Amino acid sequence: MPTLDRSFIGRQFPLSYATVEAEAVRRFAQAIGETDPVFFDETAARAAGYRSLPIPPTYAFCLKHLGGSAPDGALRALGVEGGSGKLLHAEQAFEYLEPICAGDELCFSEHVADVYDKKGGALTFVVLETQVADAAGRVLALIRHTEVIRNDL
Amino acid sequence: MNTAREPVRPGTQLPVLELPALTAADLARYAAASGDEAAVHLDEAYARSMGFPGVIAHGLLVMAYLGRVVTAWQPLSALRSFSCRFMAVTLLGETLRCSGTVTSVRASEAGDVADLELEMRNDGGELKLSGRASVCLGAARAGR
Repeated sequence: MPTLDRSFIGRQFPLSYATVEAEAVRRFAQAIGETDPVFFDETAARAAGYRSLPIPPTYAFCLKHLGGSAPDGALRALGVEGGSGKLLHAEQAFEYLEPICAGDELCFSEHVADVYDKKGGALTFVVLETQVADAAGRVLALIRHTEVIRNDL
Repeated sequence: MNTAREPVRPGTQLPVLELPALTAADLARYAAASGDEAAVHLDEAYARSMGFPGVIAHGLLVMAYLGRVVTAWQPLSALRSFSCRFMAVTLLGETLRCSGTVTSVRASEAGDVADLELEMRNDGGELKLSGRASVCLGAARAGR
């Protein structure tokens, strides 16, 4: 039986919050092999037109988790258990509206954007969409995370 | 910051990024920096019990590597969107090669936007990630 169906579309999860820390941005940039000084040096970042150290393109995804929501927290909340080999991260997408920089206080608002089956119900795709806004409510980025659940038929 | 000086047109290739063989230390460093310390990335015995030949790289780590192809080519602030499909898991010892090609250049309110197709393959040619990105050319938006 598929675990989820389309009635879950629109389900909203509790908001989570995170502050972007300069040292954490540096550590992340180093961990992905970045060497561009804008990620490490405030002076270089400001010279390039940023408020402070900008975050690398995928870091917003991690900030959501560092803000207290577990990577599979939304799926668990839907009753889908991770760690069983039944879950697979299928796709990941980001849209960038404004750069996110060290010092920003972010609010993450996540909902179920889509649910659909493939292969006669053997696979269920869940699309989770997260809006990333600053303290003033300005939307800075959108994150779309598509997970595949392998169902026992 | 490397900003392309040649005109960008469909077919323009981004400079290729060749990565050294993936190590357990790479995954440990990424786990600490990202907060994703799932055992499948760090614990060999657990990963095998899940049916993998060994620990697997974080999907978002290899996606971040792919993103470096784009940010090495145009400023980060020019990036509009970035997405990828995870095609195969990446294991320790694999060497990855990231590439990108401009598929179209279109006009927008903020200037020309280049759409890119991105790929990550191992040295055996196996496709790991299939990605897309859009980048604003010319006047990059700065963080205010």
